[in-house]
Amino acid sequence: MKLLEVKNLKLYYQSTRGTVKAVDGISLDLAKSEALGIVGESGSGKTSLSLALMRVLPSNIDTNEGKVILDGKDITQLSEEEFRKEIRWNTISMVFQGAMNSLNPVLKVGHQIAEPMLLEKTVNKKEAYKKSEDLLEMVGLPKEIFNRYAHELSGGMKQRVMIASALILNPKLVILDEPTSALDVSIQAQIMNLLKRFKKELDISMIFITHDIALSSDLCDKLAVLYAGEIIEKGTAEQMFGKPKHPYTQLLLASIPGLKQDASPKFIPGAPPDLTSPPTGCRFHARCPYRFDPCDKKPPPAFKIEKDHLSRCWLNEGDKK
Amino acid sequence: MIRLEDVKMYFQSRKGLFKTVEIKAIDGVSVEIDKGKTLALVGESGSGKTTLGRLTLRLLKPTAGHVFFEDLNITDLEEVHLKSFRRRAQAIFQDPYSSIDPFMNVHQIVEEPLIIHRIGKKKERNEMVHKALEDVRLTPTQEFSNKYPHMLSGGQRQRVGIARALILKPEYIVTDEPVSMIDASSRAEILHLMKNLQDKYRITVLYITHDIATAKYFADRIAVMYNGRIVEIGPPEKVVKEPIHPYTIKLLAAVPEPDPSNRFKERGVVEGEPPNPADIQWGCRFESRCQLQKEDNCKSKQPTLVQIKPEHYVACFLKDKDKS
Repeated sequence: MKLLEVKNLKLYYQSTRGTVKAVDGISLDLAKSEALGIVGESGSGKTSLSLALMRVLPSNIDTNEGKVILDGKDITQLSEEEFRKEIRWNTISMVFQGAMNSLNPVLKVGHQIAEPMLLEKTVNKKEAYKKSEDLLEMVGLPKEIFNRYAHELSGGMKQRVMIASALILNPKLVILDEPTSALDVSIQAQIMNLLKRFKKELDISMIFITHDIALSSDLCDKLAVLYAGEIIEKGTAEQMFGKPKHPYTQLLLASIPGLKQDASPKFIPGAPPDLTSPPTGCRFHARCPYRFDPCDKKPPPAFKIEKDHLSRCWLNEGDKK
Repeated sequence: MIRLEDVKMYFQSRKGLFKTVEIKAIDGVSVEIDKGKTLALVGESGSGKTTLGRLTLRLLKPTAGHVFFEDLNITDLEEVHLKSFRRRAQAIFQDPYSSIDPFMNVHQIVEEPLIIHRIGKKKERNEMVHKALEDVRLTPTQEFSNKYPHMLSGGQRQRVGIARALILKPEYIVTDEPVSMIDASSRAEILHLMKNLQDKYRITVLYITHDIATAKYFADRIAVMYNGRIVEIGPPEKVVKEPIHPYTIKLLAAVPEPDPSNRFKERGVVEGEPPNPADIQWGCRFESRCQLQKEDNCKSKQPTLVQIKPEHYVACFLKDKDKS
């Protein structure tokens, strides 16, 4: 059963330099209690994608189209009021990037976790606080943290608080935008373990956004690699890590400094393109070591490699089945 | 090139109205870096690795112990006598977004150290800036010279930071988490660049990082720090492939490797948070989080670095026993 289906989603911003095509025709789907990894460099549109799903958009929107189907219902058709009541935080919640710095310094963290529940007005304060305390325990913090303030907590503890607050209304889908990017590797591993446990025990779906493809293997059943506003390859974790097809995915994997192998990590020269005027043909062609004739002229369609595995690269044309 | 002898750095922190507590940020560290080599200092936030870096640059004056730069004891030197040292030792910082002035263009940022140290005439300085930008491959240099930081990507900004540190032809550079704010796909590029420049100019480097995986590739020796002390030190092939200290083992287990089977198992992690360095501890500083079978010594005495194998030193009581 599919929980979420995104069809040809587009999100363009207006800027002084022209229209920024941050998300340019993205389609993906997610089953219940599945985790999808969205991997890409900065500026590839991964955060814009999540903001479009949550409908928290800046005012300079140029185009916002496509379908987002949640539980069989197109939620792009909902009015802002309906969306706020039914979807945001109730059904889809989010842990924002750098969110641990967005805790209110003058409110107790326990109250902040409970806040979405208090705004709902369906439960009384006592119940909401109780739930907040339970969540603190669930994310591995002592109950006493309830009465603490943000400055008394370490980065890892604050990130746990943000995860608790995303879970307070029992959402079906949690979007995690670089939830560990400001943390040490050891605290990062603790948080990843926690997410793994939640995925298993709470039966929630997750979208995990990161620039670190190695980290995504810690949680994700499926992976979509984003480049310049497009998905250039997607597939199951086994397909993506076992036999990646797109040169960009292969290079991302080769840039990881692994502990087991001895080959020195590689890098992808150059920078992602300017999204106001994406390159013609394949968007990756200027940085691609394997480019050949059609690459800078015709944009490659998404070739189907096997079931669930798609790659947008002319090299894969022959692999089509 | 750089030698620390039993260096201690205690900070006074006020607690309440009248009480002060002593925070032992660095508690007895002796270490040296050979000329032209890289020492990686690996540890969690709060382990004291940045403080140690600042001590080697004499940006901090140690509470006890000595810091030597070549044969010069810089521990107690007055600021006026430090001027030539300041030129020979430079730093590259973590955040390329906040460590360079947004109102200066690339040329001005890179030229500034020369002006401060009154080196060269305008024409010579231009030549040096051009050379430095070429070194960090911000080419064509004419084009980049006129850009402002907001027009650059994270990787390019960090290269400006490197050019600025290199322009004085330093012999020693401290790089504090130089790639942690940069996309994973460009990290190796910056590190390869730094490594090449280091070899070219024979620079001694202290590479401070929480990422032991990059240290494996870019350092000659790795020192693992925990709570103000070095717990294990040795060449990467020893520390990464045959780690001995229980903390190093856990740190290595936390490094994510791309493997689709990862999602089915939990990682072995160091549970909990590092202890507060303001708390007085008699025993091993890792004792509260160590999962090994403990012995009495662990709670009452601080282990010191003991050589286990050639060039490989570890501070752990349990491992001393293994050896004998």
